[in-house]
Amino acid sequence: MKRTPVREQDPKVRATNFKEVCLGYDAGEAMEEASRCLNCKNPGCVKKCPVNIGIPRFIEQVKNGNFEEAFRIISEDSSLPAICGRVCPQETQCEGNCILGVKGEAVAIGKLERFVADYNRENGTPVIEKAAPNGHKVAIVGSGPSGLACASDLAKAGYDVTIFEVLHKAGGVLQYGIPEFRLPKETVVEHEIENVRRLGVRIETNVVIGRTLTVDQLMDKEGYEAVFIGSGAGLPRFMGIEGENLNGVFSANEYLTRSNLMRAFDPESDTPIFIGKNTVVVGGGNVAMDAARTALRLGSNVTVVYRRTEAELPARAEEVHHAREEGVVFRMLTNPVAILGDEKGCVKAIRCIRMELGECDASGRRSPVPVPGSETDIEADTVIMALGTSPNPLIANTTEGLQTERHGCIVADESGVTTRPGVFAGGDAVTGAATVILAMGAGRKAAAAIDRYIKEK
Amino acid sequence: MYEIVFKKFLTPTICLMEIDAPLVATSAKPGQFVIVRAREMGERIPLTVCDFDPVKGTVTIVIQIIGASSRIICSLEQGDSLTDFVGPLGRPSDFMEEDPASLKGRRYLFVAGGLGTAPVYPQAKYLHEHGAHVDVIVGAKTESLIIMEEQMSEVCDNLHICTDDGSKGHHGLVTEKIKLLLESGAAYDQAVAIGPMIMMKFVALTLKPTSIPLTVSLNTLMVDGTGMCGACRVTVGGKVRFACVEGPEFNAYEVDFDEALRRQSLYRPQEIEADHKCRIGRDL
Ligand SMILES: Cc1cc2nc3c(=O)[nH]c(=O)nc-3n(C[C@H](O)[C@H](O)[C@H](O)COP(=O)(O)OP(=O)(O)OC[C@H]3O[C@@H](n4cnc5c(N)ncnc54)[C@H](O)[C@@H]3O)c2cc1C
Ligand SMILES: Cc1cc2nc3c(=O)[nH]c(=O)nc-3n(C[C@H](O)[C@H](O)[C@H](O)COP(=O)(O)OP(=O)(O)OC[C@H]3O[C@@H](n4cnc5c(N)ncnc54)[C@H](O)[C@@H]3O)c2cc1C
Ligand code: SF4
Ligand code: FES
Repeated sequence: MKRTPVREQDPKVRATNFKEVCLGYDAGEAMEEASRCLNCKNPGCVKKCPVNIGIPRFIEQVKNGNFEEAFRIISEDSSLPAICGRVCPQETQCEGNCILGVKGEAVAIGKLERFVADYNRENGTPVIEKAAPNGHKVAIVGSGPSGLACASDLAKAGYDVTIFEVLHKAGGVLQYGIPEFRLPKETVVEHEIENVRRLGVRIETNVVIGRTLTVDQLMDKEGYEAVFIGSGAGLPRFMGIEGENLNGVFSANEYLTRSNLMRAFDPESDTPIFIGKNTVVVGGGNVAMDAARTALRLGSNVTVVYRRTEAELPARAEEVHHAREEGVVFRMLTNPVAILGDEKGCVKAIRCIRMELGECDASGRRSPVPVPGSETDIEADTVIMALGTSPNPLIANTTEGLQTERHGCIVADESGVTTRPGVFAGGDAVTGAATVILAMGAGRKAAAAIDRYIKEK
Repeated sequence: MYEIVFKKFLTPTICLMEIDAPLVATSAKPGQFVIVRAREMGERIPLTVCDFDPVKGTVTIVIQIIGASSRIICSLEQGDSLTDFVGPLGRPSDFMEEDPASLKGRRYLFVAGGLGTAPVYPQAKYLHEHGAHVDVIVGAKTESLIIMEEQMSEVCDNLHICTDDGSKGHHGLVTEKIKLLLESGAAYDQAVAIGPMIMMKFVALTLKPTSIPLTVSLNTLMVDGTGMCGACRVTVGGKVRFACVEGPEFNAYEVDFDEALRRQSLYRPQEIEADHKCRIGRDL
């Protein structure tokens, strides 16, 4: 039995709009897909899920049409299913280890998770189960998935929780990084944030921890007994090649922030965005795919250059597939060496060198090496750098006793305990740029550790 | 929402506002800035902190109408609110890190171009309060565009005015006034220039031969103001720096002004169009 296909917007149509690409299953399709699951005794999918969701248990409920019960089962382990169902790299996690995938196609676990979450958002009545207030105050820095997950678990346990967020909107990367066409803001992201608010969590936007208030002030003066730092890894990297400051070169973060957070794609928005004729995106991760598909939708021709091969592309398989369908051109084994400008200082081309795969590096991947004399120029007026990000040093620099390691990542153990008593951390701020599910998981583990810490104090 | 508790036009295109923002008022220091959004679909606009009153919980900003967003902000009235107001951002001025006692007797020259008077004010005020000697040169196109003259004269030892058309003070550019002061024997331990990028570039060229250290405050394009996007990147001392977190103040002699000027004009075509749309149906 084949995987139940999921409805999507036609590639030609969606390449010109910002509406969600994937339309999701309806109840009938979901039940049909769920019936493919073998309900394994020793399920591989669960082992590869970073938060070990009871996958066959919830799928069983979908099969029988008990969508509320399915939601309850997912909620035991995940607080953001509508989001993770959309953005998790399922092919390397649950679905990548599904027994059906050995001979045929894995169960569409992500699409089922998404269906269950969407169904319950649209039809369910939210039940707020919350312990009586315990009088203890906890501060959360950052409102990305790690901060939201930590806040909601603590609020459910009776804590008085305040999230401090520097941007004007909560959500972290879910708000400023991942585009509308993959993750709708109003229906999905704002809904999850509203759920966190409904638990009694206050979200104070426009507060920079490290400047407006410091972690020390929160603990010493404002009466917070513990602080969770979920400030992400927002600092964009550049390549350090010639011409990187020409007009028309952007970090993917800038491009995406203008389009997503500032909604520059909407004519009603006051924020400008640069729309080139020919855009080259450098990188191969989700961030590169998002930048490429955003530029494409704004009306540019788009080429992605990546220094390794298709097989190493770190982006979700679905995004690469979608990008291709929409008309994004890929040039593999290609790496920029310089960006060339015209007399006005605007980008006119990007000079790239061909690469070939050489010896294996420490990560076990064959590392790309340049082929001498193989430079070619690709015509472009816009270059978007999507080379990865590292944590912002502001909080570590302004917090007494908080240690960081290479790349500015905060030192913390499995449960989020840092080198400063009472201060916990998790998500990208600790691991460097990773995934939504890992950030959410880290936030929840830290919530449990904070609960123990305060009770034992 | 952040209420505008006081508003007044200093010139037909420059507006002063006091904003109710208690957390910023208690944490702001000279040299830092805030980011403002006037309305839900508004742009994030960086503005220097011009004054702050921790007791009243207010922060003063001075804003010049140069495009669509500044026009919208200035069209708000006392009692209206800004949608967002975040800060303080950026590093405080270098002298804020020093022992205040060491500032006594130190000789400062401030050069303020046009609107630059506003961000110079809190710095001059702090230094003056701590016993430094403070001279200020204020340059403007014409007399009616000079702002905050009275307040400024209260926080400095000598206030020199220059106008392009000679309607007040020295007839000519601030760079000429700098030369005149130095020729007449004035000596300075530190100079600070804040104003249009092009003015800062020429002040740097003028002062470079004198070996007087010069600090400038770079008003680059910005989006988030927290180090997340790199829109604000400038080349300083041959290295790429993010003005919003590593600045906005830098050693002027290391700044690549030509690149900074070029990068500022990136969105000019779109901005002209936006401002045109915004003017339709408005009387400002
Ligand atoms: C464009 C893009 C696409 C991605 N696509 C995927 C995907 O498809 N699947 C996937 O699993 N992952 C994806 N990721 C990665 C994923 O989004 C992150 O791993 C995840 O969001 C990390 O969560 P977090 O809570 O640690 O931090 P973030 O989501 O980064 O949130 C941190 C928050 O803290 C705030 N903050 C920072 N400093 C301060 C301060 N000093 N004071 C107050 N607030 C502060 C920030 O403004 C931000 O809102 C993508 C990332 C990007 C950028
Ligand atoms: C750290 C910092 C502090 C600042 N402090 C103040 C302040 O105290 N008061 C104040 O009025 N302004 C200040 N500015 C500048 C202010 O942010 C811009 O004037 C504003 O963003 C313009 O927005 P707009 O939509 O009205 O004009 P736009 O339509 O964006 O621009 C109109 C024209 O001005 C040019 N321009 C845009 N931004 C700048 C800029 N940053 N510098 C010079 N030219 C620009 C554009 O290229 C365009 O030609 C500061 C900027 C920074 C980075
Ligand atoms: S491994 Fe696949 S078939 Fe087995 S329980 Fe998990 S989803 Fe179902
Ligand atoms: S304004 Fe975005 S990094 Fe400086």
